Amino acid sequence: MINAATTRDQAKVMGRFDITKRLVAKLQHDEAVIGGIGHTNWDLWASGRRPQNFYMLGSMGLAVPIAMGVALAQPDRKVFALEGDGSILMQLGSLATVAHQKVRNLAIVIMDNGIYQITGGQPTATGLGTDVVAIARGAGLAQAAWATDEAHFEALMDQALAEPGPFLVGVRTDEQKPFGQTERDPPQLRDRFMRGLGVKT
Amino acid sequence: MTELPWQDQVYAALKSAGVKQLAYVPDAGHARVIAMAHEDNDMHAVVCTTEEEGIALSAGAYLGGQRSVLLMQSSGVGNCINMLSLPINCRMPFFTIITMRGEWGEFNPWQVPMGSATEAVLKAAGVHVRRAERADEVVDIIAASATLAFDSHIPVAVLLSQRLIGAKVWTK
Repeated sequence: MINAATTRDQAKVMGRFDITKRLVAKLQHDEAVIGGIGHTNWDLWASGRRPQNFYMLGSMGLAVPIAMGVALAQPDRKVFALEGDGSILMQLGSLATVAHQKVRNLAIVIMDNGIYQITGGQPTATGLGTDVVAIARGAGLAQAAWATDEAHFEALMDQALAEPGPFLVGVRTDEQKPFGQTERDPPQLRDRFMRGLGVKT
Repeated sequence: MTELPWQDQVYAALKSAGVKQLAYVPDAGHARVIAMAHEDNDMHAVVCTTEEEGIALSAGAYLGGQRSVLLMQSSGVGNCINMLSLPINCRMPFFTIITMRGEWGEFNPWQVPMGSATEAVLKAAGVHVRRAERADEVVDIIAASATLAFDSHIPVAVLLSQRLIGAKVWTK
């Protein structure tokens, strides 16, 4: 299923908040989620204040390597990185790093609306033809796929939760406005996350 | 008893500090420590595609309850600046060891601008900088700087001077 040969053009455009809620609903074992800068993490924030969520408020492109650091430190916990297309385009090399490190407990979800939505909707490279899932496969992430629709996304997340990764799932998302705004208090976000993982008591 | 080379002492100091993840963009001056990390089953040695990635990896390690170090060359500091907001904003430790280029017997002009700016740029970005010039002071500086970073929750960089590393490494 993860190796479905769907291209970006064939994937259904879905609601980012709806997709985020579908993922979060599946997290029953204190899985860690790293939300990248932008509407991706705002919708994660709006989907519920899980203490095991960490939110990036700046420095584009770091959700994947942060999630990888957490995953290496916590090998028995599943870790998800939620990243936007604009951000992942800044750190495509991190996909190669995840691939050669074979981070088994890491799943990357790319929310790809093809635009820099927060700055006014200018097109990103994915909106102009770049296929991030194809890049991921080329980087060495064999388990990479576009979610063709909501049911397929859920099946892919079930697979990511049950089987060894690393995984990358591309989700084409629409241009809806986010459903909240993450609290801008980074030390508190960090502290809450570490306590949520039990690494700080 | 023969004293270990200072590079071996640096690795021992990192182990003593509890470092479990060693991210790096390679430099010849770090080669010995990198090799030791890869031989160590109790160390995640991760080669990064860019230094920015290493800053994020370090943050993730800390969030997940482990200590980490990032090894890079002075030219890589220029790649890091915006990413240093992460440890500073979140009040996380960040510990990096930087081999210097462009300051002592340098043969490559491209290394000089960033090498000359490294310390000032790090300080301007909010990083505490220490500098090792002699082999007999390296380990103490590494150990003290690791404590400063991990226990005071601040970003700390140790610069290993090009004179210390040895101009002979830099053959054309």
